[in-house]
Amino acid sequence: MPLSAIAYETETLPAETHASALPSVATLTNITKNYGTTKALDGLSLTLRPGEIVALLGPNGAGKSTTIKILLGLIAPTSGAARVFGSNPREATTRTRVGAMLQVARILETLRVREHLDLFRSYYPNPLPVAEILRIAQLQGIEDRPFSQLSGGQKQRVLFALALCGNPDLIFLDEPTVGLDIESRRTLWHQIRHLAKQGKTILFTTHYLEEADALANRIIVINKGRVIAEGTPAEIKRIGGARTIRCCTRLSLDFLETLPTVTSATLDNHTTQIIASHAESVVREMLLRDETLSNLEIVNPALEDAFLALTKN
Amino acid sequence: MATTAILTTIPAPRTLNQTLSIFRKETKYEFLKLMRTRAFSLSTIGFPIMFYVIFGLSNHNAYSGGIHIAKYMLAGYACFGLIGATLFGIGAGLSGELAAGWLELKRASPMPAPAYLFAKCASAAAFGLIIVSILTLIATLFGGVSLSPIEFAKMLGMTIVGSISFASMGLLIALLAPANAATGIVNLIYLPMSFLSGLWVPIRFMPHWLQGIAPILPTYHLSQLMLDIFGYGDSMSRTAHWNALIGFSFLMLGLAWLIFQRKEQNA
Repeated sequence: MPLSAIAYETETLPAETHASALPSVATLTNITKNYGTTKALDGLSLTLRPGEIVALLGPNGAGKSTTIKILLGLIAPTSGAARVFGSNPREATTRTRVGAMLQVARILETLRVREHLDLFRSYYPNPLPVAEILRIAQLQGIEDRPFSQLSGGQKQRVLFALALCGNPDLIFLDEPTVGLDIESRRTLWHQIRHLAKQGKTILFTTHYLEEADALANRIIVINKGRVIAEGTPAEIKRIGGARTIRCCTRLSLDFLETLPTVTSATLDNHTTQIIASHAESVVREMLLRDETLSNLEIVNPALEDAFLALTKN
Repeated sequence: MATTAILTTIPAPRTLNQTLSIFRKETKYEFLKLMRTRAFSLSTIGFPIMFYVIFGLSNHNAYSGGIHIAKYMLAGYACFGLIGATLFGIGAGLSGELAAGWLELKRASPMPAPAYLFAKCASAAAFGLIIVSILTLIATLFGGVSLSPIEFAKMLGMTIVGSISFASMGLLIALLAPANAATGIVNLIYLPMSFLSGLWVPIRFMPHWLQGIAPILPTYHLSQLMLDIFGYGDSMSRTAHWNALIGFSFLMLGLAWLIFQRKEQNA
């Protein structure tokens, strides 16, 4: 599977060419990170460009958090080079242009939302105005509540607000929408897209694949500390391969299986289900041979299928 | 043009005013946090006062060899209070913030690390000053204790010294103790140490063998320096107590630094 992934990776699409013409905001080059004898990262390289929204996907333990921690300068790589805005992320001055939303069990419970923002804004040379932060993170009306009295979703939005305090050009969001309801999640997506339109770069991790699909311009799939695939959501989905054709047809399963690119054909309750990578040519052939064909439906591969295919083993 | 700006602008270094503002805000919010955390503020202020009211005030007419026992015990409970505020505030507080990931989020920001440590020390010292002031007020109003302004000022000064000294122990506990056990571990260290060095019951009333082991405890040396303000110190020289207290602080800081380095390497 990784081989085909590489094949797709080297394909350039119009959107990609445009992005890669831009200089990079952050790069990791051949990063390894060992914890004792375990390799958390094993030759990982990635590049982030201005205005991009990049999703970092991977199963638990793939190295997502380690990657973000290295970009934030919280830990040093065992080998390889990390650059953020042309500087070493371990230097404190680099962080004045970076914002981070990390997975935090809790923050100071007794401080009010406004006090948290006041404190975090003081760390940065050009902080965003409080009113602006409250608006983007949708915290208006609850700014005087102590953190302990907020709901799970509100707490999550406070953490998002803290990431915005310094008006950063590069924003890391580690599982930003955990615990948010669908509406808040969509509003957050909207705000993230808006930030990207202002030229800010966003790297996020998520367990919701539909989130990566909806939000990211580019998806980087990592497993076992290496990048195993990289591309637009559409490109990544194609790696997962086949589309599913469903219809009622008089054509026999044996015949259908002989059509090019078909990998399987099954009949269930009068509905025939065919799995094929080139659904169009299969459907064209079927329509020619069966005028009674009805209830035609073609299902695109889900990102989830691609993800599972990529990361299994 | 926008992209070059995005990629190369390096922010000017912080001005002194900005740095001071960070230190001030960090300290303000650390203090507010401790004050609003009732489990902390009520017990660290309440216990020394309650104990002093029960055991100290009952001795308001008691004298022993020219020593006013209520005044003697004021020094002991002052130390007991300030050490408690420091060990619980820093030891348990920092350990919890480490475990919750809060400190990591702050480290991912450009917050200067000294501001965080300063805020913790200064807030612990502020609690110490509050405790010592209340104890002194109670002692003079109800314990028949007379205290010169100079003596009181020296007590406050020694409170700050004690807070800084025991902050180093708090730091070490925070790095070693798991967050859910930190409060218990602080109690296990703090309560026996307070008792054995005579912070509750004047050391002179304790068995002789106990008086012999007290000098190995840092709490003993702090309390003797506090007692020295009233001229109630033991036979050991003042310099010896200072040396012991400073030695203890550096030992704790050194160990904390070693452990921190090891954690950083494994991180």
